Amino acid sequence: MALPKVLSRSEDTRKQRTQLIKKTQEGLKVGPNQRSAETTPVVRYRGVKKSFGEVEVLKGIDLDIMPGEKVAVIGPSGSGKTTLARLLMTLERPSGGIIEVEGEPLYHKRVGEGLVPADERHIARVRSKIGMVFQHFNLFPHRTVLQNVTEAPIHVKKMPRRLAEEKARAMLEKVGLIEHIDKYPGQLSGGQKQRVAIARALVMEPKIMLFDEPTSALDPELVGEVLAVIKEIAEKGDMAMMLITHEMQFAREVADRVLFTDGGKIVEQGTPEEIFEHPKSERLQAFLARFRNGFGGGSQ
Amino acid sequence: MSDIWNWQTAADVFWKLIKVVPVTLEATFLGFALAAVLGLVWALMRRSRFRPVSVLSYWLIEFVRSTPLLVQLFFLYLALPRFPVFVIGVTGLGLHYSAYLAEVYRGGIEAVSQGQWEAARALNFSPLKTWTRIILPQAIPPIIPVMGNYLIVLFKETPLLFAINVVEMMSVAKKFGSHTFQYTEAYTIVGVLFFLMSYPSSLLVRWAEQRMALKQ
Repeated sequence: MALPKVLSRSEDTRKQRTQLIKKTQEGLKVGPNQRSAETTPVVRYRGVKKSFGEVEVLKGIDLDIMPGEKVAVIGPSGSGKTTLARLLMTLERPSGGIIEVEGEPLYHKRVGEGLVPADERHIARVRSKIGMVFQHFNLFPHRTVLQNVTEAPIHVKKMPRRLAEEKARAMLEKVGLIEHIDKYPGQLSGGQKQRVAIARALVMEPKIMLFDEPTSALDPELVGEVLAVIKEIAEKGDMAMMLITHEMQFAREVADRVLFTDGGKIVEQGTPEEIFEHPKSERLQAFLARFRNGFGGGSQ
Repeated sequence: MSDIWNWQTAADVFWKLIKVVPVTLEATFLGFALAAVLGLVWALMRRSRFRPVSVLSYWLIEFVRSTPLLVQLFFLYLALPRFPVFVIGVTGLGLHYSAYLAEVYRGGIEAVSQGQWEAARALNFSPLKTWTRIILPQAIPPIIPVMGNYLIVLFKETPLLFAINVVEMMSVAKKFGSHTFQYTEAYTIVGVLFFLMSYPSSLLVRWAEQRMALKQ
């Protein structure tokens, strides 16, 4: 499948959004506890740390993602970019710091002025605003394509089956899989599986969607179809996205902002142009040079 | 020859034994049902993040597996004098095999990939729904043949209930023998009846195994 050549989303809206995002970020600089009157970020990391045993994977992350913003995260393997997403999806617990979703702490509850660790119920409620697409798809092998997509609406959102199926069909139509609706995941190609996984996450209507190297496990010839679907969602939707990827060209075309992580820190960030055309830090320059020489891809 | 084996006697005892086959089958299926439920409970407890619960489950499983069923049956028989012997027998069989099935469940659950747990979490499934909709439906089908084998093993252990005075095939055979002094026919027919029931079951299990292998 050929990739759509250009962005159908106009550059104007993209610039507007970038401006709005910048403005809000400047507004935030007043003080960490003072929230912007204009827009609350959909996700905010403050001093977020994560260690696995002795190894510190994230060494204090500060990051705001605005509603609708498309953020690409690039960086060498082991730089902590996947952990960044996994902490937000609550697949790992941070070792320190605060993560907020729409102004509400994810792992904490506000009690007066302070914060106390939250219970599972609170975490589940906040988590419902987050969706994730995995590198290895993680489809339910014992359910058909349609059931994979309706499972959570029916059993988590308590949506009537008929309505859930209607929505699921619309979503599967969108990702181009309507004719495979009754197949099992085992009968699909990797690209098709990943598109089902995207539909499954989308149908829950998250405020932010995390894509954790969504094409890294795919055969090269299947990468295009998945990227095309993600791109279309990015252009049409007002959902925020965090795209962890090794596809530089894709990051450049889709993202409003690109983060470069290395050694557990966000080393540099900016518009795709700033990052790819005018990289400031040596590490980013070296990283991009490796990619241009064709040695960068394929982290597993 | 006729001193050892008498066809008429064999036929007599056959009809007597046939009448108590339902008792054996009931004990088997009720015992296995109890084992299947308790086994799952132990397996889930074993995975609990609350240490005392998982430790309790660990020792329960190890204790039951390391002591003979016959001893367990006697213990329950003496400890619960007010209960009907059949109930005690079923409880003993169920408890004993639940320890083995717990390990079988554990294997099945551990074979489900970590990604399934993560997908369930990302879609915000509750712990209960994660188990009932995602994990167990994948963990149980592959272990059905193994469970079938345990069902057959349990079935063949039911004669032990004779030790706590449950009226089943063994006790009928013994009674018949002590009246007629024709023990050979009595016990042989018991064996034949067990064979007639367990051999077709084992074929069924083998067929299920092959089907499972094909699916994977």
